[in-house]
Amino acid sequence: MAGFDVVRQAQELRHVIGLSGQYAAVDENLTGRENLVLFGRLYQLPKVEARGRANDLLEQFGLGEAADRVVKTYSGGMRRRLDLASALTGRPRLLFLDEPTTGLDPRGRLGMWDVIRDLVREGTTILLTTQYLEEADELAHAIAVVDHGRIIARGTADELKAKVGGERIEVVVHARSEIARAAQVLTGDGDGEHAIDEHMRRITVPAHGGAQRLVQVVRDLDEAGIAIDDIALRRPTLDDVFLTLTGHAAEVAVAATDGDESTPMGAGSGRTA
Amino acid sequence: MTIARLNAPRRKGSVRQALDDGLTVTWRNLRRVPRVPELWVFAILQSIMFVLLFAYVFGGAIPLPGGGSYVEYLMPGIFAQTIVFAAATTAIGMTYDLTKGILDRFRSLPMARSAVLSGRTFADVVYSGGILVVLMASGLAVGWRVHSGILEFLAGVGLLLLFAYAMAWIGVWLGLSISTPEATQQLSFTVLFPLTFLSNVFVPTQTLPSWLRPFAEWNPVSALTAATRQLWGNPNPFAAEGLPAEHPIELTIIWVIVLVGIFAPLGVRRYRAMSR
Repeated sequence: MAGFDVVRQAQELRHVIGLSGQYAAVDENLTGRENLVLFGRLYQLPKVEARGRANDLLEQFGLGEAADRVVKTYSGGMRRRLDLASALTGRPRLLFLDEPTTGLDPRGRLGMWDVIRDLVREGTTILLTTQYLEEADELAHAIAVVDHGRIIARGTADELKAKVGGERIEVVVHARSEIARAAQVLTGDGDGEHAIDEHMRRITVPAHGGAQRLVQVVRDLDEAGIAIDDIALRRPTLDDVFLTLTGHAAEVAVAATDGDESTPMGAGSGRTA
Repeated sequence: MTIARLNAPRRKGSVRQALDDGLTVTWRNLRRVPRVPELWVFAILQSIMFVLLFAYVFGGAIPLPGGGSYVEYLMPGIFAQTIVFAAATTAIGMTYDLTKGILDRFRSLPMARSAVLSGRTFADVVYSGGILVVLMASGLAVGWRVHSGILEFLAGVGLLLLFAYAMAWIGVWLGLSISTPEATQQLSFTVLFPLTFLSNVFVPTQTLPSWLRPFAEWNPVSALTAATRQLWGNPNPFAAEGLPAEHPIELTIIWVIVLVGIFAPLGVRRYRAMSR
C-alpha cells in the first residue's frame, strides 16, 4: 500500500495515510483547534507546525469562526468537516473515507464533494466507500461494487454502465389507451425490445445515436398523433448497474415488501468503492 | 509528488517519541477535564458527603481503640477511597475513546502505540492529585491535621499518587473490557464500593466479625490508609500483629507493584487485541 509493506512497515505507512470514519472521530470536549493540534502533534509535526497546519485547515474547511468552540456545540456537518480536516493534518498521500456524506444535508454533501475533488486534484489518492451510487458516479475514477462483502464488478463508471447497455429513450404518453400504438412507433425507431410500465404510462427502448434518435422519435410520435407528457434520452445510472448486477429491480421490490430473506438481494447492503 | 516529500517521516528515538506522544495524549486528557465538570464535581461532592456523613452522623458511634479524633482517623481513609474511585473515571474515559472512534483514529496515526495508555494513566494521576488538593482543604476545614513533618506529609501524598497510578491501570483494563460507558460506571462501582467498605477506611478492623477481619486487613485500600495515617501521625488502630499492622508503607508499595504488574499487562493486551 502506497509503496509500503502493510505489516512490516506499518508505522512508516501511517505517516502517509489519513482516515476518516463513518462517524466523526474527534474529541467532543476539545475545541476544533485543539483537536487538529492534537492530531498534528501525533502525526509528529513540531508544535509550531502543528498549530500552523491547524489554522490552515480550519480556514480551508470554513471552521475559522468556530475554531475555539468546543466540538460538542458543532452541527453534524461541521463535525464531519473537522473529522476530515483531522485526517488531513499529516498531508496524507492516501486517504480513506468511509461514507463521508452519510447523514449530511444536500448542501453539506455538495460542500464535501468539492473538498474531495480539490484533494484529488492536488494529488491525493482517495479510497471512498458510499451507499450513494450517485456519489460514486460524481467522484470516482475507478469503482468497485461490493455486495455482501464481495466485489462483484469493477471499472470506471462508464465501463460499468456499458455492462447494462447504452442509452435508452423513455416516453411517457398522455393517455393509457395510446400505449400500444406508441410502443409500436418506438420499436420501429429503437434498437431492441421495448419495455412498458403500464402504471406510469412509460415505454422504454434502447437507442444508440443519442439526440438524433430522440428527434426522430418525437417526429414519428407527432405524425402518429400520439400526445406525450414527457420524453427523455436517458443514460443508465449506477443504480441501474447495481440492480442489474445484484438481481432484478422487480425482485428487489418483492424482497422489500415481503421481507423475503431467502431472495439473494443486496440493494440495501451494497457499497461502492 | 511534492506532497510525498513533505511527508518524509521525521525520525526520533523510539523512547523519545513514546515520551513526547505520551505527554501529548496526557495534555489532551487533562484539557478535557474542565469541560466535563460532571465527572469531578460529583467525585468531590461525593467525598465531601462521606466526610460529613461519617464525621458528624456515624462517627460518634464508632469508638477508636486507643482513642484519638475520628475526623483525623477518617480523612486519610477518604483520600484513599477517592483515589480508588478514580479508577471508574479512567474506565469511563477509556470507554468514551473506544466508542467514539477516537482509539481508531489514534491507531491510524504514526504515534507511539504506548502513548494512548501512558497518556491516559498519567493524566488520571494528575487528575487524582487535583481532587486530593480540594479534599485536603476540606479536611483541614473539619479539623484534620498532619502531625508529622513535611517529608512525611509528601511521602503520604506520594503513596496516594502511586496507588492512583495502579488504580488507573485497573480502570484502563475495565474500560477496554466493557463496551458502554453506562455498564462501565455500574460495574466499576460494584467492584469499588465493597473494596473500600471492607477495609479500615470508616471503621477500625477490630469491629469487624473475625472471618471478615483478615480480608479487611490485607485489603490494599487498608494498607494505603494505614500507611498515610502512620506517616501523618493520625490515629491508626490496627487489630492484629503482623505485616499489615506493622509495615503498612512497605505493604502499600508491594500492592502497587502487584496491581500494576497484573493490570498493566492485561490492559496492554486488551488494547493490542483490539488493534488487529
